[in-house]
Amino acid sequence: MARMKFICDTERCIECNACATACKNEHEVPWGVNRRRVVTINDGIIGQEKSVSVACMHCSDAPCMAVCPVDCFYRTEEGVVLHNKDACIGCGYCSYACPFGAPQFPSNGTFGLRGKMDKCTFCAGGPEENGSQEEFEKYGRNRLAEGKLPACAEMCSTKALLGGDGDVVAEIFRTRVVTRGKGSEVWGWGTAYGKPEAKS
Amino acid sequence: MKIYLVALLALAACGEVSQSKQGSAVNRGDEPAYKGAHDAEVAKGWTPGDKLAWERQVRERGQLQNEYVKTNR
Repeated sequence: MARMKFICDTERCIECNACATACKNEHEVPWGVNRRRVVTINDGIIGQEKSVSVACMHCSDAPCMAVCPVDCFYRTEEGVVLHNKDACIGCGYCSYACPFGAPQFPSNGTFGLRGKMDKCTFCAGGPEENGSQEEFEKYGRNRLAEGKLPACAEMCSTKALLGGDGDVVAEIFRTRVVTRGKGSEVWGWGTAYGKPEAKS
Repeated sequence: MKIYLVALLALAACGEVSQSKQGSAVNRGDEPAYKGAHDAEVAKGWTPGDKLAWERQVRERGQLQNEYVKTNR
């Protein structure tokens, strides 16, 4: 059985934010809510700058599920952590519990009331009928039920962000790491223009 | 005997109830992905409702992220 996972290769992520853009476009995510975002550390320091695309990691033992007072979370057969917006009361406990800052809360109304929680669904929709208008309006597109993978991973130009069956993405990542080596071979001149011995 | 009974009742509240959740217990009847989406965007190459076909489709689609199997890598 497929076990859905994301992995982001920090050696490849170029902070283009296309994953976040694709997500917002695919699901028509409201202003102020970012299901996925890119975090950069050591910005501007050559060789030390690293970026990573972060969203819900669909934890196997999800802390958000453990702390939710109304028990609105559930896990699909594929290991995707989803929630029921009809049950969510927007308390924000999941936001405090999540180590990735995945839960988002739209600010609605004149007084900026905290709405129902919104987060990455691994493009798997919610408890409504697969592909229905109701599901789309609450959770966005259900690409998994369409036989596709998350939009963020599928359109990543450098293939830094991988998503899908955990065994498949782990094998892709393993092959990549073994092939490219480590240290300065991973970035810089050698990667961009080829290794010196390869030149004729 | 009464002492044992009292001790048993007194300690009954000391046990810890498991707070972990099992995936199967909390999957609240959400329609599985392999059943397919009821829209016109379903990808070709698999039959909605066929679990094995869906898993194969997802695996094959996942390999599209692997540039090492592409011709012009």
